[in-house]
Amino acid sequence: MDYNLIVPFIPNLRRYARALVGDREGADDLVQDTLERAVRKFHLWRPGDLRAWLFSIMHNVFVNQLKARKSGVQVEIDENALAAPIPTANSVDVLDLQAALMKLPMEQREVVLLVALEDMSYADVSRSLGIPIGTVMSRLSRGRERLRGYMAGEVTRTGPLRVIQ
Amino acid sequence: MTEEEDRVEYAEQNAMLHRFFDSVMTEPIPARMYMKRPAWIDYARAALLVGGGIALGLAMPWLRPEPTVISVSAPPLPIRAARAHLVYSPEVRHPVEVDAKDKDHLVKWLSKRLGMPLKVPVLSNEGFELLGGRLLPGADGPVAQFMYQDTTGKRLTLYVSPPHAGERVTAFRFAQDNGVSVFYWIDKDLDYALSGEVDKPTLARVASSVYRQIEP
Repeated sequence: MDYNLIVPFIPNLRRYARALVGDREGADDLVQDTLERAVRKFHLWRPGDLRAWLFSIMHNVFVNQLKARKSGVQVEIDENALAAPIPTANSVDVLDLQAALMKLPMEQREVVLLVALEDMSYADVSRSLGIPIGTVMSRLSRGRERLRGYMAGEVTRTGPLRVIQ
Repeated sequence: MTEEEDRVEYAEQNAMLHRFFDSVMTEPIPARMYMKRPAWIDYARAALLVGGGIALGLAMPWLRPEPTVISVSAPPLPIRAARAHLVYSPEVRHPVEVDAKDKDHLVKWLSKRLGMPLKVPVLSNEGFELLGGRLLPGADGPVAQFMYQDTTGKRLTLYVSPPHAGERVTAFRFAQDNGVSVFYWIDKDLDYALSGEVDKPTLARVASSVYRQIEP
């Protein structure tokens, strides 16, 4: 298999990782580890949905990273790393959204992001995360519900995440 | 909340997430992500294949490939004869090593070198006189070449070689190589090939004379 087949998916992997991990450095490290693992596992890929295969690798790498950190599912947000331009014209800023996402359990965050950002079918999410479709649906609805709650003002921003305008 | 409200709410959620994160898609991709396949993977894979092959060969001797024998087998008799003819028959000053006037010596010498008593056919009846002969390197060792010439200067060579491994006794055969016609046959003790740039009937007539004189 050719690495050139993977390259077109890098932007998608990065976008998802950014939303999943929360900071640019950590997200790109996740992408990098994912790509390296994908290259090592090329021979295991059977022609089929390459995107789902790549996201399943990212999921595994992500889970392993969290285990290695032994910090549970809580990922610290480094405010300085959040250098992404903040669209101030919007009613919510990216820190609000990121903070809300980070409060979601990792399992729900993954499903919400794969459906909302990647526009994945339940079947693809199920394949990417290695969980049954029923689980995909229940995590999605719970995750969306929570996210809505946080964005509606239930977010309690603390510590370094507070942005004073 | 109704399903419809859910749908609208979730569409908004999607739009919001896209709004905040789609910009990542257009960020320049860090160079490190355009990786070449690390070389060690290729090395590792090659080592694995070689190692696996060796292990397989050790474990299952019958799977070992036959040792590769590079074919160094000599060209067939008529080709060897035709080439020798092409090399020496045009020679004006040195067509032979030993002249026909030392015929006795020539026959003794070549018989000794080939390890076989040689007979030198007389082809005067066919219009060809013996010029002499020479020793040549053959497929497996020394080979004798006798040269004849007619009154017009046309030359025939008789190539006499100890049997070459793999060549079986044959009857009269005809071959052509680079314009040289060759009648050849292989008998029990020696291989014979009569070569000349002459027409086939002429060569056949001379060849049968050679054959009759050699075979008692």
